[in-house]
Amino acid sequence: MSVLHDEASAGAAAGYRPHATLSVWTELRRQASRRRTQLALGFMVVLPLIVLAAFQFGGNGDEDNGRGEFGSLVEMATSGGLNFTLFSIFVSASFLLVVIVALFCGDTVASEASWGSLRYLLAIPVPRARLLAVKLVVALAYSVLALLLLAGTALLVGTLRYGWSPLRSTIAAEIPAGEGVLRLLGILGYLAVMLMIVAGLAFLLSVSTDAALGAVGGAVLLWILSSILDQITALGALRDFLPTHYSTAWLGLLSTPIQTDDIVRGCISAICYATLFWSLAFWRFTRKDVVS
Amino acid sequence: MTRRRVVTGSVLLALLVGAVVWAVWPESKAYTAEERMITVRSGPGGDEPVDLDTTFYLPKEAGPGRKVPAVLLAHGFGGTKRTVRTDAEDLAGIGYAVLTFTARGFGRSGGQIHLDHPDYEVRDAQRLLDWLAARPEIRTDAAGDPRVGVVGGSYGGGLALLLAAQDKRVDAIVPMITWNDLARAFLPESTGGQPVNGVLKKGWAGLFFGSGSAGPGGIGGFGNLGTPEPPGVDPGAAGGGAGAPPSPAPTGSPAPGVRPPSPAPPASPGATAPPGRVVPPGNRGVDPQCGRFAREVCEAYLQIGATGRGTEEAVALLRRSSPAGVLDRIKAPTLLIQGAADTLFPLAEADANARGIAANGTPVRVAWFTGGHDGGSGPDSDRDRLKYLTAQWLGHYVKGEGPEPDRSFTWSRIAGFNALDRGLVATGYSTADYPGLAGRATQGVIVGGQPQSIANPPAGNPAAISSLPMAQGLSSLLDGIAGDLAGQHARFDSQPLDRPVDVVGAPTVTIRAASPTGEAVLFVKLYDVDPQGGSTLSSGLIAPVRLTGLPTDIAQARPITVTLPAIVQRVEAGNRLRVVVATADQGFATPSEPAVYTVGLGDGNTATVALPTVPGDPIATPGVLWRWVLFGLLVAIAVGLALVLLVVRRRHRRTDTSVTPEYADTPLVVRNLRKEYADGFVAVSHVDFTVDRGQVVGLLGPNGAGKTTTLRVLMGLTQPSAGEIYVFGRRLVPGSPVLSRIGALVEGPGFLPHLSGLENLRSYWRATGRSLEDAHFEEALEIAGLGESVHRKIKTYSHGMKQRLAIAQAMLGLPELLVLDEPTDGLDPPQIAEMRRVLKRYATGGRAVLVSSHLLAEVEQTCTHAVVVNKGAIVASGPVAELVGESPSVHLDVSDVEAAQRVLERLAGVRTTATEGGTGLVVDIDGRQRSEVVAELVHAGIAVDRVMPRRRLEDAFLALVGESSRGSGDR
Repeated sequence: MSVLHDEASAGAAAGYRPHATLSVWTELRRQASRRRTQLALGFMVVLPLIVLAAFQFGGNGDEDNGRGEFGSLVEMATSGGLNFTLFSIFVSASFLLVVIVALFCGDTVASEASWGSLRYLLAIPVPRARLLAVKLVVALAYSVLALLLLAGTALLVGTLRYGWSPLRSTIAAEIPAGEGVLRLLGILGYLAVMLMIVAGLAFLLSVSTDAALGAVGGAVLLWILSSILDQITALGALRDFLPTHYSTAWLGLLSTPIQTDDIVRGCISAICYATLFWSLAFWRFTRKDVVS
Repeated sequence: MTRRRVVTGSVLLALLVGAVVWAVWPESKAYTAEERMITVRSGPGGDEPVDLDTTFYLPKEAGPGRKVPAVLLAHGFGGTKRTVRTDAEDLAGIGYAVLTFTARGFGRSGGQIHLDHPDYEVRDAQRLLDWLAARPEIRTDAAGDPRVGVVGGSYGGGLALLLAAQDKRVDAIVPMITWNDLARAFLPESTGGQPVNGVLKKGWAGLFFGSGSAGPGGIGGFGNLGTPEPPGVDPGAAGGGAGAPPSPAPTGSPAPGVRPPSPAPPASPGATAPPGRVVPPGNRGVDPQCGRFAREVCEAYLQIGATGRGTEEAVALLRRSSPAGVLDRIKAPTLLIQGAADTLFPLAEADANARGIAANGTPVRVAWFTGGHDGGSGPDSDRDRLKYLTAQWLGHYVKGEGPEPDRSFTWSRIAGFNALDRGLVATGYSTADYPGLAGRATQGVIVGGQPQSIANPPAGNPAAISSLPMAQGLSSLLDGIAGDLAGQHARFDSQPLDRPVDVVGAPTVTIRAASPTGEAVLFVKLYDVDPQGGSTLSSGLIAPVRLTGLPTDIAQARPITVTLPAIVQRVEAGNRLRVVVATADQGFATPSEPAVYTVGLGDGNTATVALPTVPGDPIATPGVLWRWVLFGLLVAIAVGLALVLLVVRRRHRRTDTSVTPEYADTPLVVRNLRKEYADGFVAVSHVDFTVDRGQVVGLLGPNGAGKTTTLRVLMGLTQPSAGEIYVFGRRLVPGSPVLSRIGALVEGPGFLPHLSGLENLRSYWRATGRSLEDAHFEEALEIAGLGESVHRKIKTYSHGMKQRLAIAQAMLGLPELLVLDEPTDGLDPPQIAEMRRVLKRYATGGRAVLVSSHLLAEVEQTCTHAVVVNKGAIVASGPVAELVGESPSVHLDVSDVEAAQRVLERLAGVRTTATEGGTGLVVDIDGRQRSEVVAELVHAGIAVDRVMPRRRLEDAFLALVGESSRGSGDR
């Protein structure tokens, strides 16, 4: 009987170390083999191509987009690779990315529970906090990857089709291409921070239910509810506390000089919500009876 | 849902609802509002009665015992008392009694418009001060002298200045976006010329006049009480209201060809009010030419408007309505607020007021903001700043609270768009005192260019559009639509700036001009041109000049210094400055005779644009604070996370890792196990058993006996309520490392459906983090016996195949204790037989197996030992052989079952049960000898074909758990 007698793995089987179980790499491969991961990431690549095709075949509609100063994002989408990327982000930020992040973070634990494989992971035993941490890291990694894939593909095809030119918008002077890339990265960073709220909510629901659909759908529904409430100006200052209230503050990064006040407040809001949701998720999962 | 969850959910819901209700609950008003018509007597003789429509806002705490200071709040041109309601409410909210009134000639008030005439409007206001002094709730300085501040914007601001000059009872004034010299405002001349030589600002003049006349299509009528309040009325909605700027008649737009967009920040009441408001019945027969204007005012306008030139009489009339001549009589501390986006009353007006009032030693403070008659009330940061400044000013000089405000000068500059509400964002700055329009320092930028010939169009048409009154933010857009017209303007550009310049004040430039007539009206503009060629004219402000005595040849022209309008603008590095001299502009009246002028720069082919600058400290906004909050939050989270990790690690270290010696070599010891679920259901009440090396132990019980719950606890999936489990002497808790020595199949297989069987096993083993050699895949796969199917995806598997794969997964790594929950579920008989052999073989060599089942046969045939549980408790345990040995029954095949039953029932304690098929009989012999029973039957003449001792566990099971397991529930 070769039992390791170090403290962490007292009495364990040969080769078992708690911190070596379910490595991030293992979990990445587990998730990568899933069709929904492949489809979601694939769609991030395909979307800019579809948008590009739509611009190619769609002709020149000269309707007023009616979105005020920012409506120009649509009109300027074909002015260069950076603007095309900006447009792709603009159209996906409010819903598509929310669904994608909710999918990655909401499905991860709930689907294991519904397959029954969760209890075998826990019986290995993968420590619960570790299981959750690895799951979360991997889900976030895929979310970030999706974001980068979308922006990267859009930048690539947009630049190939429309050329490499400064970032334009009517709310500020042209931004040189080099700085434009930095602004785009800033926008992506802010979006990533805002999407942490969805990630947190979906993850909390994921450890609370065995139905993956419930976790993903629940997170998206609550996000939509918050967006609707945010439209009701009668709520006054209460709207500032809605998780979606600052979701479009990244537009401030397009102006010169950049407007960071709302971005900072949005970050505070997002970090508070994400911390709350993730803390609850860990607190719950490390105590709950896994009976699925 | 358990009761606890219901309670938690209800509490959360209640909190949420409470928060929403608290947020949207209408605040109880802290004041009362009382509407009344006050009749005052004014006019040159003080005997002409006029009814003024007023609203008196009184804080609730005010009374004869507790007197409050007052504020007289005046509205802008074309507005009524209703347009300043929000400001009145704000002021009432901070403890002032506020009297708002509709000026004579507007709304429901009577009388005619005399343009803040000292004998009319100003005297009206004096009578209102009398009225305030008579109110018992108003604090007074002396009998008939109320403690009062006067606040107003535009027309109201002019009234505040004129009233303070005429009436010493006024304690402080806050005039906003108002004029110093009305003649200069309408007839400006930027080389220092007098208004009689000024260039008529016809666009604004038309609006001003139009909103005061009540003719058809005019607007200045009735703020009829039924209409909803137009939104966002007040530029500089400082706690002291700002009046509405003169309402533009939609029909009176000076540029009918250009559709004025609705400005993003609310601009004015008139801009959103429906055209052609109701005219009071009494005024229906009003003069179509003059409307509600007093005759003399009307005639002055008609005169100026017809010729485009000021006359001495008209200028004198406008001067009478201007504070310019009476500033030395103003003793009330004055807070002057002026907007940078204001082509009607530019910053220079406030500058003249500030210098004139300060010259007598009266305290003056100046603040600029980014709004104005064109720019509206400005962004939130501006509104907040002005509100604060107003409250501070009134607080000290009227209410007598707070320290004396300093004289620091604050201003702001548009910094961009707000992404959330699509409004503008301004950055505020402050400096110790007011520097005037010349700034603290001057930076020269050289512009160059040859003299150019430019044409004056006949009747000033077509003409450039530099600004549309009230249509803020449009100037940059106009550049592409109707900016400078070809042939009508000369351009002089600078080199790109090598560093940014923050212009605060009025730039100057020198030009030369030649005209065949000796005269010229020109417009000098200063553009900021970015590297892409986009040009910006700050707030659409331009400098009109009327030059006389010009030579016909540019070579003989003398340089003339033009003072451009004061602006607040940052010119970025890399941008150029461009001086444009143009001949015509939509906003101004120009000579109707066509002519060609030649214009050049003052200094040969160059000129220096002197840009005034003021170094200022940025005013801290809440944004900075939020940045610190964000930083603090991140630090707090990092510290919190570190603490949690520390606590977890310490707790982990404290966990019992000791080995209980007596169990050290025992694969499994379960002691006093109890599991009670959150809803109070006791699944396992008391379970004790031991699994020793080499044993195959069967956990036998009917459905719901508590077997699965026991195994869940054993696998660390659920927490036991009480009791301990030891695995090889180590206490087992969820996640114990010792769990790695247990292989398990609990509650059915659990695989990733999209992977093949083999990939699933590999993926599972990778998750253990143990080395691949330890896995013994070959043995496991052999046990699974799936053949080539192991490469197919799990979702194509039958239940039995999954079951076999799950058993193989449990055996990966050949764990020392194998725990299988209903392992033969879904297997066919040969596989069951094979499984039995596998399990028996597995237990040899020191390993142990725990099998749960509700099938007796399986346990009897597979296990060496059995533990029988029922209703959450153990009813028997021991070697299967021993358990079976206790069987008290025998199976008899007899010739006559009924007779045999009758015979045997005579024996005390013997019970019989007939089996199906007719000849079988199960007899509980109650400890008697089998031979005795047989003898009894034979004796009674019943043939006994077969006597079969019941060695099956079935009897033991039934005997131990009782006949029925109904009602035990699902455990």
